[in-house]
Amino acid sequence: MQYTLLILLLPLLSFVVLGLMDTKWKARVAGSVGTLVLSVVAALSYYTAWAYFSTANVGGIYQKIVPLQTVWMQFSGQLHIDLGILLDPISVMMLVVISTVSLMVHIYSLAYMKGEKGFERYYAFLSLFTFSMLGLVVATNIFQMYIFWELVGVSSYLLIGFYYTKPEAVAASKKAFIVTRFADLGFLIGILILSFYTQTFDFGVLNSGNAGIFASASGVTFMGASVLSWAMALIFIGGAGKSAMFPLHIWLPDAMEGPTPVSALIHAATMVVAGVYLVARLFPVYVTYTPDVLHGIAYVGAFTSLFAAVIACTQTDIKRVLAFSTISQIGYMMVGLGVSGYGGHEGTGYMASMFHLFTHAMFKALLFLGAGSVIHAVHSNEMQKMGGLRKYMPVTHLVFLIGCLAIAGIFPLSGFFSKDEILAATYMYSTGLGIGMSFIAGLTAFYMFRLYFNIFWGKENSYEHSPHESPLAMTIPLVVLAFFSFFGGLIPFGKFVTSDGAAYTGETNYVLAIVSVLIGITGILLAAAMYRKKTMLPDRVSQSLGFIYQLARNKFYVDELYLFITKNVFFKGMASPVSWYDRHVVNGSVNGLAVVTQWVSVKIKGIQTGKVQQYAWVFLLGTLLMAFLILFL
Amino acid sequence: MGSILENFTSGIIPMEAYIFVSFIMFFSGIYGFLSRKSLLMVLISIELILNSADINFAVFNRYLYPEHFEGFFFAMFTIAISACETAVAIAIVINIYRNLNNVEVDSLDELKEPEASDEK
Repeated sequence: MQYTLLILLLPLLSFVVLGLMDTKWKARVAGSVGTLVLSVVAALSYYTAWAYFSTANVGGIYQKIVPLQTVWMQFSGQLHIDLGILLDPISVMMLVVISTVSLMVHIYSLAYMKGEKGFERYYAFLSLFTFSMLGLVVATNIFQMYIFWELVGVSSYLLIGFYYTKPEAVAASKKAFIVTRFADLGFLIGILILSFYTQTFDFGVLNSGNAGIFASASGVTFMGASVLSWAMALIFIGGAGKSAMFPLHIWLPDAMEGPTPVSALIHAATMVVAGVYLVARLFPVYVTYTPDVLHGIAYVGAFTSLFAAVIACTQTDIKRVLAFSTISQIGYMMVGLGVSGYGGHEGTGYMASMFHLFTHAMFKALLFLGAGSVIHAVHSNEMQKMGGLRKYMPVTHLVFLIGCLAIAGIFPLSGFFSKDEILAATYMYSTGLGIGMSFIAGLTAFYMFRLYFNIFWGKENSYEHSPHESPLAMTIPLVVLAFFSFFGGLIPFGKFVTSDGAAYTGETNYVLAIVSVLIGITGILLAAAMYRKKTMLPDRVSQSLGFIYQLARNKFYVDELYLFITKNVFFKGMASPVSWYDRHVVNGSVNGLAVVTQWVSVKIKGIQTGKVQQYAWVFLLGTLLMAFLILFL
Repeated sequence: MGSILENFTSGIIPMEAYIFVSFIMFFSGIYGFLSRKSLLMVLISIELILNSADINFAVFNRYLYPEHFEGFFFAMFTIAISACETAVAIAIVINIYRNLNNVEVDSLDELKEPEASDEK
């Protein structure tokens, strides 16, 4: 299956060519080339998935296949960094997800970004991102993953800052880069600790279940926990940064300054789930050797999920609602992983998390692209400027409704199945956590339908020019994604992706399923009651909640807290002294040297008279002095 | 001192006598180099210095290592080199005369930074 290398190389080639040609090609040519390359990549990915799932099953267990492995940098006999391609159920699943969503976004952008300055650059960056993300998921070792991890970080930075003339976009791109980079520091330290003790970067070795390699790391303790726990926790911090877990979530809402298709691709479907993917990739290590860290991940995920869901209920920028919804759903996936055990029924959480990753990628990309379609028509992100759009944009309305129903977990849409599995796994782990997650599911349904009703129902706005349905290039990807969102849940996911590779059919917990659907419907009805028609109800509710509403509206002041800390601790406490030192001590010593030299030279330059005979005198006297010293001393 | 006188009276010229001559020549040269104003006189002074060194070469070779000839050869080299050096120096002096219309040593301070730009 060496052709899988093409899946990586084609987008890279496309990036290089588009990047070099830049504006030399017409925008349409650049867009077509990018889209064409991506369709080939998508076709290859589907073929790979088909080939993998039909051939790799040996004795009921999906094998890991490494079609390519090469030593990239050899530092010493032990220490070498490899590059390769690893195919196993989750990486193949991710290949399909990434190439599908990326292709849809490529097609969609042809219309959405039409006429934008830097259209060619946009497509070049999209190719770069696709290449990096695909490289991340097929990484054979943790260091290769880290390399591509940083590459997706940088392409995310480039795309958020695509409108580089907008100060908000520039600030948002910097914020995203710095926050994730800060988290990646933890990731890097974690990698170094882990590989130092286990002597390997390779996932195959790490996940082999060979307890010997972890013996030294489990034995050493540091501050009450084993070094292995520290390493795995640090690696999770890297994942938490990319996946916007509390308290590293602050970059994601701001990242919405980027073009909407980019938000759909990077900040909803693919890059932000890299953290989930990372935990899933190292899942055998987490679950076998550091279950405490895994449980910590579950609670971080649950808290983030609740936190983001509450904020999402109060935001008015439709993309920000979706951003917080994404954070909340990623929290869901983390919970799924965190509560999971290894193998069979115990491993439901793992399977459910990957399933939710898959379905979420589809319906959240759909919702973002739908929101993009709405923004394209209304030219605003604000809910207040929308309302009653269902008559003007029937297709967008329909697919958006499908997306909302899917994320709300209504039977038989895809979100129902994946979310239900996560809830089942959570109840198996702890009833309290399960109830919490059910509550969040209700909140999700509520804020998604608040969004839906505010955009498509509600008051009739008087539009300057009446909104119109988006062109075909935008509606076709929407319909395709809606199809996946609708029917994606019917895939028997447990047959393909499980924690131990063996097929597993989860028995449906009917009570739980019915209760979840009822909770979802309750959320929807509540939203319908409040937002379907323009009423005073929402204002009254927000007023009665008063303080809490203000807190949530301002995102619990986490951004302000960060600003306060950076300004008062980092800037005043660390940056200013360092800057003072640089300006006064470092610059001062160099400048001082120059000043002293200049002063001395002015003082002594009278000695240089230009009279040869005076020089000769000095020379003679010097020689005599030397002779005198040598002879008599 | 006794042996010097003895050699002197016996008709053999002692080594110190030669060295004394070269000593006088050397310091005459130095004096001339430092005090003369004309470039030609300075040049002649340099010749004096070089020739005193030649005498030393010859004398040391003759008196201390009579079976060797390196000192003589070295003296001949020095003569050849001083001839070349003089040729070059004369050429320079002629050029200086063409430019400055004199051959005074003191007037050769054109390359020095002018005093006027000392203060900024």
